[in-house]
Amino acid sequence: MFSNFDFGVIIRALPYLFYEGLSFTFMLTALAALGGLVFGTAIALMRLSGYKTLGRIAGFYVDFMRSLPLVLVIFWFYFLVPYIGQWVTGASRPISVGAFASSLITFIMFEAAYFSEIMRAGIQSISRGQPAAANALGLTYAQTMRYVVLPQAFRNMLPVLITQTIVLFQDTSLVYVLSITDFLGAASKVAQRDGRLVEMYLFAAVVYFTISCIASFGVRRLQARIAIIR
Amino acid sequence: MIEISHVDKWYSPTFQVLTDCTTSVTKGEVVVVCGPSGSGKSTLIKCVNALEPFQKGDISVDGTKVNDPKTNLPKLRSRVGMVFQHFELFPHLKIIDNLCLAQQKVLGRSSDKAVAKGMALLDRVGLKEQAQKFPAQLSGGQQQRVAIARALAMDPIVMLFDEPTSALDPEMVSEVLDVMVDLAHEGMTMMVVTHEMGFARKVANRVIFMDRGEIVEDAPKEDFFGKPRSDRAQKFLSKILSH
Repeated sequence: MFSNFDFGVIIRALPYLFYEGLSFTFMLTALAALGGLVFGTAIALMRLSGYKTLGRIAGFYVDFMRSLPLVLVIFWFYFLVPYIGQWVTGASRPISVGAFASSLITFIMFEAAYFSEIMRAGIQSISRGQPAAANALGLTYAQTMRYVVLPQAFRNMLPVLITQTIVLFQDTSLVYVLSITDFLGAASKVAQRDGRLVEMYLFAAVVYFTISCIASFGVRRLQARIAIIR
Repeated sequence: MIEISHVDKWYSPTFQVLTDCTTSVTKGEVVVVCGPSGSGKSTLIKCVNALEPFQKGDISVDGTKVNDPKTNLPKLRSRVGMVFQHFELFPHLKIIDNLCLAQQKVLGRSSDKAVAKGMALLDRVGLKEQAQKFPAQLSGGQQQRVAIARALAMDPIVMLFDEPTSALDPEMVSEVLDVMVDLAHEGMTMMVVTHEMGFARKVANRVIFMDRGEIVEDAPKEDFFGKPRSDRAQKFLSKILSH
């Protein structure tokens, strides 16, 4: 199997793999993580708001999203969104969303469910005296969250949030089902074109592994630093 | 300044925490609230700025009814300073930013004005040099003095203290009490939950003794320490003053 292993194939494909593939993967990961964090925080606040209906809606959303395989959601959403768009806007034909927008929205929605649980734990980890002190100073609920509770929750949960983002980084490879050229998609295309499956898939694995490992190492160092600050 | 009338609070029909509490604090008065733990004194003081809700009765601060749903609570609270047992400084903000946050966000002061006010107050509690540090770098006594300065930065009309020295090492108690004594001498209206009877003797005008959610005794300092009327207050005093 390794007797005719051809490094040349990998080297020739590097510019394409990195400029087209990996940069897309990074962009999708970053945007999905950011969007997921924003919506996840909103969902967490809904769940902790004390309004029963709001909390139930948020709770149902989280359970629903976490009970479905990601691949299914990506697929399903891709075919459904054009029709939902048509229904919402009242257009005569299904609107075209595009594979990228569709996958980004899917990842944000999906990650929001996971990030919300992390942020919920983070908010609950703040002692009740903190919001009480903020309220006593005259800060409103929104100001208390914005300036006192969320910054602390975010900082406490940063290692977990990054760990979840590493998982997301690997999960973005699932966009291959929509024929999007992310890093794995790019490697796969080259592999099919040159008939070099072993080289390309092995190289892809090494790259995912290396990046994830470095990030995990960074998380461990960060955890040690946060532990000192506390 | 503070009017508390017939306040009842319960968590369930069988768990009553406050029963028919009635008292008042006039302008410039220093009132010490004491009593055994679990007697409801902390709960009562937290009801004054509506950090704790209550089911029956009325509390008003400077003529504004606290338990009226139409009351703008953030605005009312911004005029009532509060110091907590566990300091509750914001650990992610520097000391000076702890003092400036509410000044800027609630009172709308400019950054320059807020910092100037904050530095002046830090100077007053003897912590000017610590302005750029984070709360975790300060001792408990220093943190509590910062917490007092943070409350004073809002120019409160009344100050509430909820066991401000209970979480401190014994050697740090006096530095906090000194600040509070100065404040009392300047004529600040204060309601203080504390076990520090020395402080009560020194600056209190009145002492309220609570037990099992009731105000058992509400008397001028001299009467309370001289000849407490109730058995429960006598027992309490003999216990905490025997050492």
